[in-house]
Amino acid sequence: MSALSFLDREHSVAGLGFNRWLVPPAALCIHLCIGEVYAFSVFNLPLTKLIGITKAAQGDWSLADVGWIFSVAILFLGLASAFTGAWLDRAGPRKAMTVSAFCVGGGFLVGALGIQLHSLPLLFLGYGVLGGCGLGIGYISPVRTLMTWFPDRPGMATGLAIMGFGGGAMIASQLSVLLMHHFASATSLGVAPAFATLGIIYAVFMLVGAAIVRLPEAQWRPAGYVPAAATSRLITDQNVDVRTAVRTPQFYLLWAMLFLNVTAGIGVLSQASPMIQEMFKGSVTPLAAAGFVGLLSLFNMGGRCVWASTSDLIGRKATYFIFFLLGLLLYAAVPSIAREQKITAFVLCYGIILSMYGGGFATIPAYLKDLFGTRYVGAIHGRLLTAWSAAGVLGPVLVDYIRQYRIHEGVAKADAYSATMYLMAGLLFIGALCNLAVGPVSRHFHQPNAPAAE
Amino acid sequence: MQTETQPAKLALYWAIALVPLAWGVYRTVLNAMKLFS
Repeated sequence: MSALSFLDREHSVAGLGFNRWLVPPAALCIHLCIGEVYAFSVFNLPLTKLIGITKAAQGDWSLADVGWIFSVAILFLGLASAFTGAWLDRAGPRKAMTVSAFCVGGGFLVGALGIQLHSLPLLFLGYGVLGGCGLGIGYISPVRTLMTWFPDRPGMATGLAIMGFGGGAMIASQLSVLLMHHFASATSLGVAPAFATLGIIYAVFMLVGAAIVRLPEAQWRPAGYVPAAATSRLITDQNVDVRTAVRTPQFYLLWAMLFLNVTAGIGVLSQASPMIQEMFKGSVTPLAAAGFVGLLSLFNMGGRCVWASTSDLIGRKATYFIFFLLGLLLYAAVPSIAREQKITAFVLCYGIILSMYGGGFATIPAYLKDLFGTRYVGAIHGRLLTAWSAAGVLGPVLVDYIRQYRIHEGVAKADAYSATMYLMAGLLFIGALCNLAVGPVSRHFHQPNAPAAE
Repeated sequence: MQTETQPAKLALYWAIALVPLAWGVYRTVLNAMKLFS
């Protein structure tokens, strides 16, 4: 037996009487770490002053150069999840989580070397490519594992894991700043040692998750569980293979829905701090704006658990209708709320919008499971996450481009966001139409002679 | 099938995950308070 055989799928199967509530912490260990990517912006300014220390000097990287690192990481997250999804299903969660831990930890270490040597390509290669692949590999496996443990509450299960992704950003933003302060000196901003330390911390924490994760036996069911297929025509007890799933209209409708929901949310998230300062000029300081960003993160995280759990009660389709229609109303209301300078209503509107942004991520795996079955849901989810990559690039660009265009047209900065808000409302309306078109997957796509579920 | 409760193990596993999360949330809420002060 090989020394690494304990990583194999068959060695992570739980014994009789294993308590399934021991598994969500394993998923959280992974998602709390990989969620760090959303806090990468805390490194942006320090990375532009590595030579000058107090201010950017000749030879320092520009903010535009550094800004692409996040996009590259998200791009490779999507690519890795799309291309490794089928392997993850075969390899099992422990092996996948271990590979992810080494990619994320290694990505930080290579990135630290890039910062130390002031080599931007090395930083892109480490954090963006290697780290991004680690994010993609680590994202799907815990979600898929929890769905097999909680077939009676798949929304709550995926919500728990994906909530960790939102929470990870909050931990990372605080921890990264603390570490940079700790390692800072007169000649260094402490970014490289902070990167290296974070890499080691994340790798260890993720390996803990990999060690404690378990899979249920193939035919395991929770006591008293009755499959929901009999209660809704949108929920199947059959399986659709990943290569077949990507040929169904349902896959593309869900891809479009995730893309539109993420585009609408991520555009705001990326511009939240300058937006509130410009819309409430004079009454919101940069420090308060940072508080606003933190508050949005809380709603983003909470929404992942609350909305996904709600979807177990009211159904995925109804939940997505709430995201799109309520989001549309809120986006349409924001410009007039800002004009009347009602800051509490403004914050509440964006809080709810961001809760639905997070909810969209957390509900989509359960929506996929309902339509395509459990067996290949990890691989199908991986393919669907390319929508996130596309939206991660388009959303911020869209908000920034429209804002700049409006300012060039002579519109006041405070009003420059109004057009963007109406556009986001329009995108959500299209999303609602896509959701309306989602129906059950045709029987001829179902895998013949396959066990109904794992 | 009978499920073992394993309370100590449950508490330990959940603490591993939730203590860092609670720390992150606490620090974020502290910062968010500045918005309304």
